[in-house]
Amino acid sequence: MSAELDRTITAQRGLQTETRWLWLALPALCLVAILSVVLIGRPLDQLTASAPPVEEISVEAVTLTPGLISLAVRADGSAPITIAQVQVDGAYRMFTALPSKTVGRLEAARIEIPYPWIEGEAHHLLIVTASGATFEHSIEVAVTDLTTSAATAVQMILVGLFLGFAPVAAGLLAFPAFSRASPRTMNFLLALTIGLLGYLFVDTLSEGLESAAGALGRLRVESLVWVSAAASVLVLVAIGRRKGRPPEGRALAVFIAFGIGVHNFGEGLAVGAALATGAGALATFLVVGFIIHNVSEGVAISIPLADRQPSFLTFLGLAALAGLPATPGVLLGAAAVSPYLTALCFGVGAGAILQVIIEIGAMLRRRAPTGGPITMANLLGVTLGLAVMYGTAVFV
Amino acid sequence: MRATRRQTLAAIAGIPGIAALLTERAMAQSTAGAHGRNLHTGDNMVVGEVNHAANGFTPEQLLTEFDYGEPSIGPDGRPEREWTITAVDKDIEIAPGVFFPAWTYNGRVPGPALRCVEGERLRIHFQNGGSHPHSIHLHSIHPARMDGVAGAGLVEPGEAFTYEVDARPFGCHFYHCHAVPLKRHIHKGLYGALIIDPNPDRHAEHRIAALGRRHGTPEHARWQEFVMVMNGFDTNFDDENEFYAVNSIAFAYGRKPISVARSRPIRIYLVNATEFDPINSLHLHGNFFDYYDHGTTLTPTSRIVDTIMQCQGQRGILEIDFSDHEPGLYMFHAHQSEFAELGWMSFFEVTDA
Repeated sequence: MSAELDRTITAQRGLQTETRWLWLALPALCLVAILSVVLIGRPLDQLTASAPPVEEISVEAVTLTPGLISLAVRADGSAPITIAQVQVDGAYRMFTALPSKTVGRLEAARIEIPYPWIEGEAHHLLIVTASGATFEHSIEVAVTDLTTSAATAVQMILVGLFLGFAPVAAGLLAFPAFSRASPRTMNFLLALTIGLLGYLFVDTLSEGLESAAGALGRLRVESLVWVSAAASVLVLVAIGRRKGRPPEGRALAVFIAFGIGVHNFGEGLAVGAALATGAGALATFLVVGFIIHNVSEGVAISIPLADRQPSFLTFLGLAALAGLPATPGVLLGAAAVSPYLTALCFGVGAGAILQVIIEIGAMLRRRAPTGGPITMANLLGVTLGLAVMYGTAVFV
Repeated sequence: MRATRRQTLAAIAGIPGIAALLTERAMAQSTAGAHGRNLHTGDNMVVGEVNHAANGFTPEQLLTEFDYGEPSIGPDGRPEREWTITAVDKDIEIAPGVFFPAWTYNGRVPGPALRCVEGERLRIHFQNGGSHPHSIHLHSIHPARMDGVAGAGLVEPGEAFTYEVDARPFGCHFYHCHAVPLKRHIHKGLYGALIIDPNPDRHAEHRIAALGRRHGTPEHARWQEFVMVMNGFDTNFDDENEFYAVNSIAFAYGRKPISVARSRPIRIYLVNATEFDPINSLHLHGNFFDYYDHGTTLTPTSRIVDTIMQCQGQRGILEIDFSDHEPGLYMFHAHQSEFAELGWMSFFEVTDA
């Protein structure tokens, strides 16, 4: 009797599952029907018959080698776009386009223009399509491609180390100052870290959105930044708490280092791209401000370790995790990667930083005396952290 | 340039001394030769070929063909001449691969080079086959009711009008649509040259010069005559020209030079139909010429010049003599370098004939 009942229930459940699948299939069928009407019946054609083709071309990367300007372009439009002519500095120029002058929707092409460009000066490009539409791109400061020689590669690696590893490691050296801090001091330091990371989070997101602005609208790169940030924060929180409790101490330091590492990889990409586009010509005294800025990243990593006794190797590992990614970032960035990839890196970086902010916040709450974590000292810590980052950023 | 953090981050490049390296590399710059360059203008050139057959006209036709219309003798014994001109909307390829949605007279830009003789009675039957009101406004002496402005021969689509005027004064003239908005109607392609040859019988004091200008005379036969309408195309409709040319096709006579025999004099009927830019010009390399502003005199208005400029709607006649020059390629172009590099670049190939 009981077994029979079980079978009945199972059968009913089975039926229910099948019914559910049917209900899922219905919207899919409707979708197919609607798309068929739009694509085969073409009811929209009357509205769009006289409209010229919609065209968009984005120049994703510019590479300059002696006597040659090379462009990576991506097209978007209602029909394939034909790149008919190319102007450099208001003059039509011979050019070649690979694989073809006609570029399909979301497809890419490489345009090569022999041109005696001038080191350190600006050049303006104009792409004319078959319909006569024009798309502009400016090379603000012309600089030779940095990726073509081993010598420059070594220099780029050095740039990456100066950018990431060196300041982070320098920041970690402050550890003894926090070691065995009193609980009140520790709380303040954690709040300070939230402030430091909070600034970094906002900065990373806005860098990502800025990169996104350079990509084709159709690729929805700005959405990608938000989505990748949200996805990374969820994944990292889940990983961090896989054992049922939030990360503390060394684990937390590793997560902070990871977040900063992804951020520094993104920064490396941006710096590499800036070098490749000539912004490296800016005055070097600003570098001082930059190093101060990134030193605080090292400080942020060391704070969760304040009540532990980590080994030297741990510090080295953390500095490497947080700082070294800048180096491949610079190399890749100088090789003119797509703004799509740069934006994705910043999105993931922002998510990773948000995760550690959440975890440090949780830690503060657990450590909070009665009355919750919103204490004057904590607020002061967060504010000071934000102010330090903003202050050093202004120098940069 | 907006100084963002990332750009400033790049300043760190200064530390390992990348700047010095960059400078060194830049010194080694040279132009790439692998891409195949134009012999005469370097790499300042358009890429590809214009399909002249699809356009329905060639640069050579625009340069050398005159439309003499239908000459006849009127009931009072007076010479008459008639043309039928139709306005047509047509896409034309103004540079390789670049198509401009033009408004045309008889399917070509510039319109036909109407040629007649001083004193003739002219009848231009104008049919508007386009999508907007159009007209023919002649730069000549004529009554107000033949002016081609609103209320005086402005023709609605599908309708027609006959402009009836006397051919005067002799010279190199201009005609264009005078419908509003004026800039758009002109730059879309509705313009052309109107050439009124002097009647030698009326110019006893300069009879030889007049005979040399009057088509059909033995004195005229030795001249090598060309019509050059300087124009531009604003392909993205931002009120600036993307392409410049004489006779519409960018770089046409730069890529295929105009062959001239050095033993025979050259006469250019030059008209400025450029929109948006107030002035256009012509500069000839290696030689000087005489210039007749508006072509309304039989003695030059400027002698021994190598550059002349014309404002919008201005025109004139250039007379060039290469007889004591060695054969070769002689460049001529707008001396606005911008126009030259955007298509208004040409050559005479002077041959030993």
